[in-house]
Amino acid sequence: MNDTLAGWLQIAALVIALALSFRPLGDHMAHVLTSPRHWRAERLIYRAGGVDGNADQLWPAYLRSVLAFSAVSVLFLYAFQRVQNHLPLALGMKAVGPALSFNTAASFVTNTNWQAYSGESTLGHLVQMAGLAVQNFVSAAVGIAVAATLIRGFVRTRTERVGNFWVDLTRLVLRVLLPISLVAAVVLVAAGVVQNLHGIQSISTLAGGHQSLTGGPVASQEAIKELGTNGGGFYNANSAHPFENPTPFTNWLEIYLLLVIAVALPRTFGTMVGDRRQGYAIVAVMALIWAASVALTTANELHSVSSSAGYAAGGMMEGKEQRFGLWGSALFAVSTTLTSCGAVNSSHDSYTPGGGGMTLFNMMLGEIAPGGTGSGLYGILILAVVAVFVAGLMVGRTPEYLGKKLGAREMKFASLYILTTPSVVLVGAGLAMARPGERAAILNHGAHGFSEVLYAFASAANNNGSAFAGLAAGTAWYNTGLGLVMLLARFLPMVFVVALAGSLARQQPVPVTAGTLPTHRPQFVGLLTGVILIVVGLTYFPALALGPMAEGLR
Amino acid sequence: MFGPLARLARPHLAALRMLLVFTALTGVVYPLVVTGIAQTAFPGRAGGALIEEHGRPVASSRIGQNFTLPAPRGRRTPAVPDPGWFQPRPSAAGPAGYDPTASGASNLGPNNPDLVRTVRLRRLAVAAFDRVPPGRVPPDAVTASGSGLDPDISPAYAYEQVARVAAARRLAPAAVRRLVARHVHGRTLGFLGRPGVNVVELNHELGHRPAAKP
Repeated sequence: MNDTLAGWLQIAALVIALALSFRPLGDHMAHVLTSPRHWRAERLIYRAGGVDGNADQLWPAYLRSVLAFSAVSVLFLYAFQRVQNHLPLALGMKAVGPALSFNTAASFVTNTNWQAYSGESTLGHLVQMAGLAVQNFVSAAVGIAVAATLIRGFVRTRTERVGNFWVDLTRLVLRVLLPISLVAAVVLVAAGVVQNLHGIQSISTLAGGHQSLTGGPVASQEAIKELGTNGGGFYNANSAHPFENPTPFTNWLEIYLLLVIAVALPRTFGTMVGDRRQGYAIVAVMALIWAASVALTTANELHSVSSSAGYAAGGMMEGKEQRFGLWGSALFAVSTTLTSCGAVNSSHDSYTPGGGGMTLFNMMLGEIAPGGTGSGLYGILILAVVAVFVAGLMVGRTPEYLGKKLGAREMKFASLYILTTPSVVLVGAGLAMARPGERAAILNHGAHGFSEVLYAFASAANNNGSAFAGLAAGTAWYNTGLGLVMLLARFLPMVFVVALAGSLARQQPVPVTAGTLPTHRPQFVGLLTGVILIVVGLTYFPALALGPMAEGLR
Repeated sequence: MFGPLARLARPHLAALRMLLVFTALTGVVYPLVVTGIAQTAFPGRAGGALIEEHGRPVASSRIGQNFTLPAPRGRRTPAVPDPGWFQPRPSAAGPAGYDPTASGASNLGPNNPDLVRTVRLRRLAVAAFDRVPPGRVPPDAVTASGSGLDPDISPAYAYEQVARVAAARRLAPAAVRRLVARHVHGRTLGFLGRPGVNVVELNHELGHRPAAKP
């Protein structure tokens, strides 16, 4: 079989697997988010946490719970790293410095998993397991919980109650994330991912040299890292590391895991709003953008477009693993940047200007195709609100989506959501480029160097976490700056989403008339795709022109 | 005054207690359960697929190694590849390469002049070492991997090295070629990944072959 056919089959197998889990997983999550019955284990957790599992929270209370939980998580994770040398399983690692601890705490609580540290030389097993991996679970659940409030906003009428955060959090961890992770982790071990509590083991190599082999509870972390679209690798090389991703099968499985929840959530949405066609329209937009991005990135890599190093080597294999090849690397790169995952199985910095530029553009789209766990769904629903509004302006009608009127208050929240991330990205990248010390962190010069800085801020602000890793971002300035960017760009949009949910839930639905824009037809799929591309394209075009486009046209 | 403060503190207290519950559940119980299952059902793989000789681990079959000549005592010259071993890909993990405590890629951009120069120099060096025309050297032989620990090379690069390894070890080239052919693994399930040769496993078996009498 040749590379091309094998590559297409790999993509086809992925699409089929995602299609097969779309319905059962989507419906399961809808059940989890609506069922009135608690499990006994869940009631025990509510009691241990001192929360009322039967309360239905007003939207401000829900939001306060989200923010309180996240704030406590940042502080806890910060303190955990600062004292790791006094704790068991530290493997002799020192306490992590203040700026790096803040950056890493912000990074994992915001589901970004930007890594300014190198796992194998900075963190002991205990911080990895009981600090970082815990946030892998709960930050993913927080994302889905916030998406759930927005869905409830469309479903509920004449109330400002949008659910119970503690119930959503607990159920999503217990009934969705934990069971799938457990199964996935065991499958990953069976396929070759390591899972042990070893420290560093020194060996004499075959040729008589020395090598220090690392150990760690990697598979358990790998499973939730992909499933929760976290992306923080156990090791510095992330999913390129053979202990994290040893075979082409684990590579395929990891891509599946990082997409599966975000792809199934539109089904959850469709089921909960009582019209599954609405969910199909949303997932169709996601699939269109994903497919186009896979095609463009793979084509650029296969043909070494505008890459002198690729021509010199006879192929774009710099920064890529032999066992994955160009197809397996490009598929991973696109999927990880169109979700908020940010795990990497190859060095995006060494991709062609077009391929690397696509990974950057993917993140700038706001990670909505299919996006992060939960954040992808609420991101695309906000854009759907904007698309409906644009269509309404064209015909001069008050726009409505799923029976809810989109008035001034709703559009203000949607606009604020859309403006937050680009402002943070562009201001941050601009500040960094204006400072000589921060410019010095660039590895590759010229247009590519600007891409490195732009990528760092786009990645942090979209809570992705992948990097053009040539940028030496381990300085106090970048650690603090990017940490703030991650927090602002995660929680400000969440405030607007939950507020929008409250505002929608308060309304009495308006009946569907002949003038209502149908939001389940191909026409709307096209409209939404167009709005996404235009909104993002216009926002970032100048910055992209200075980076990947300038390098590609050079 | 006390009322608003208490109202602010209450969700934070609940948040802390919930966080501790989830820390116990997903941060301690979950990884230990997976470790237990892994160590019981797949002890070899979970432990890193170690290759042992005389009861001591000498390699992990997942992690590439350097196959260089020992440096002269007291001198810190750049390591020279040993012609008697199959050579892995270039590595950016640590200054000497293949250091699992410093995994990572070069991160050099596609138009970085340093990378272009490095690739050209590697091509010339590999071609001279294996005595093949520079144009025949495959891409994986002149590029560093993403992890710096890639244990695999392409079958083309493995076959290219057969004559040199056979000559250095005084083995029949046909026998070495057969050994390589046995170590070429195809795509998983016929369509996942790319064919390759695991250099660590190949060299491990090669090391057990007695040389022919001179």
